[in-house]
Amino acid sequence: MKLGDLTELAARNLREAVLRNSLTTLGISVGVASLVALLSLGVGLQQLVDRSVARAGLFDTVSVRSRQSAPFGQPGGGRRNPRDAADSAPPRPLDDAARKEIAALPNVVEVNPEIRFTAEARREPISQLVMVSGMAPSSQSSGTLDGLSGHFFSSPDAEEAIIQGDLAKRLVDAGQAPNSLLGQEITLRFAQRQALPPPSEQAPTDAPNQAVGPDEEAMGFSIVPSEKKFLVVGVTPTSESGGQVGFNNSGMYLPLAVAEKLEVVQQADLRNMARSSSGEGTRYAALNIRASSPTAVAQIESSVTHMGFAAFSLIDVTRNLRTFFAIFDLFLGIFGSLALAVASLGIINTLVMAILERRREIGVLKALGAADRDVRQLFFAEAGVMGLAGGLFGVLLGWGIGRAIQFATMIYLKRQGMNPPNIWSVPWWLVLGAIVFAVVISLASGIYPASRAARLDPVEALRYE
Amino acid sequence: MNVPDAATSANGFAIRAEQVSRHYKMGEALIRAVNEISLEIGAGQFVALLGASGSGKSTLLNLMAGLDRPSSGTILALGRNLANMSSEDLATHRNRTIGIVFQSFQLLPRMTLEENVELPLRLAEVPRSERPARVREALERVGLAARTRHRPTELSGGEQQRAAIARALVNQPMILLADEPTGNLDSKTGEEIMSLIARIHRPPSGQGRTIVMVTHERMLAERYADRIVTLSDGAISREERLR
Repeated sequence: MKLGDLTELAARNLREAVLRNSLTTLGISVGVASLVALLSLGVGLQQLVDRSVARAGLFDTVSVRSRQSAPFGQPGGGRRNPRDAADSAPPRPLDDAARKEIAALPNVVEVNPEIRFTAEARREPISQLVMVSGMAPSSQSSGTLDGLSGHFFSSPDAEEAIIQGDLAKRLVDAGQAPNSLLGQEITLRFAQRQALPPPSEQAPTDAPNQAVGPDEEAMGFSIVPSEKKFLVVGVTPTSESGGQVGFNNSGMYLPLAVAEKLEVVQQADLRNMARSSSGEGTRYAALNIRASSPTAVAQIESSVTHMGFAAFSLIDVTRNLRTFFAIFDLFLGIFGSLALAVASLGIINTLVMAILERRREIGVLKALGAADRDVRQLFFAEAGVMGLAGGLFGVLLGWGIGRAIQFATMIYLKRQGMNPPNIWSVPWWLVLGAIVFAVVISLASGIYPASRAARLDPVEALRYE
Repeated sequence: MNVPDAATSANGFAIRAEQVSRHYKMGEALIRAVNEISLEIGAGQFVALLGASGSGKSTLLNLMAGLDRPSSGTILALGRNLANMSSEDLATHRNRTIGIVFQSFQLLPRMTLEENVELPLRLAEVPRSERPARVREALERVGLAARTRHRPTELSGGEQQRAAIARALVNQPMILLADEPTGNLDSKTGEEIMSLIARIHRPPSGQGRTIVMVTHERMLAERYADRIVTLSDGAISREERLR
């Protein structure tokens, strides 16, 4: 029999026992709906995490530290990446030469030093300790500045600051909004490195040196308190609203070039002091490499470690995260499929009942020339039509359930004062996969009834009353 | 009368049974429903199988129809041995070579008459565009052209049997097998159905058909059949050539 005739007869047969077949189809729909609803939440959560990390620009960032200076326990420090196990390159200082060498690597867009220091932000009469970071112009599009009020730095050399909403709250007068800080000046007080005066300007060697102490001599620089005013041009949202994303969070951001010029004492300086051989020239605490795409990160990481540096990227962390989500989705899929498995028993039951009811009809069909194959296909088609209808309706139902969960989550999170993220996603492959899965399960459920119907002896079937 | 070309059958026989047996096991007992029957039915003949209940006439008809397989012996329809055919080939035989009419009509109650008559065409994979004309022609032939959209339950017994005959003939088979076609009808309606079958056997124009009819009414058999084969206990007890 041709497919069109099969489908037509199957649809007609299904219409005859409309209540029973509708209930069976509804069972499939519920199974598919539970599968779609659970997986859409799993996929949505995964996408939420992926989106957050990707928008923060962390997937295309490699953090580089010198193996000499990176202590155990710090990312890329004493712990070596498994990929670096075979690497025997000797540790090298992270200096200007290294920066240039890294910048010349393929797929490297830019290499910026990591400038992070603690300072005191003051707006009379209020003052607050704050972590300050240098921010490269390319970070403008990153998720760190999501929801920014005001604007990004007007130029790479502008003496401007973008401050975090929570810090802004503390610096404004009581009752004022954090954004009221926009256009106002803030004084930053920090520890500055100051070069030692040349030996000729120092006191004679036989007299005690009043200006430079022995400790400063040993360090190669002196530390002096310094102050500078910055114009607030941007305020990021408070941390509860998702403004703080990524591992480079700070209370205040300055243009990277400006932050570099401040000559602030950083952790690396203290580390260098602790080491016996500090060497000459600029040494960076860390360099942040921006890759042309997340796919280039692994290769850059490998090249950097072969150069003798410790490299770390969030790809290493998210690899485990992806494994977690794969297992999470698998379990959601299994739980969703359980309902579909129960529904498949309904299909078997319905079709076996149909064989009993239509025994005589099967006999007539065979007497008129239906082959065993035709009868088998007819029952398969009925199972397939139920599966298809159940799959389609189930996807709609699952979509609705997912929307309802998303809606309820939104209300709940809003009541908690949080900005509700989209935790629900129904990608096309899930829609298609769920429908195909429903049809396949239905066809598999139809195997036994269809074979039983095909095997019916026509003479016996025609005698059946 | 025009009958199927003898050349299309084997040696002029539409059906030929050679030492055909059909035995069933019922518990420990062996039921010999048909026991070593040999029978030749010529192309274009109208043969009535007569006998009491349980004589084996319906079993023999089922063997000729390819609904059942013999336990032993051969049964040839238009020269092809049904005993050796695959189930697919037997299905094709039932669809193309023969048409079957049952005592209880066996129309599918949820289909209209035209849908019932269309079923063999669907199974034969006749193009959709050809089907309406062939269904209409078959129903016109049995006088039911005005009842095409009716369901079987809306028709009288005679009309249902006429619809069943239309369904049996829609694929233009060479052989019509009828199992007690008047068994569920009153005598007047039975006469009408027999007249119709006689017209199919010997149409005023066009091709006639070989007819094998199972009946237990000797009077009907004598009136319409060319030959009467009487069965008793699964064997042929008597053969009469009437015409």
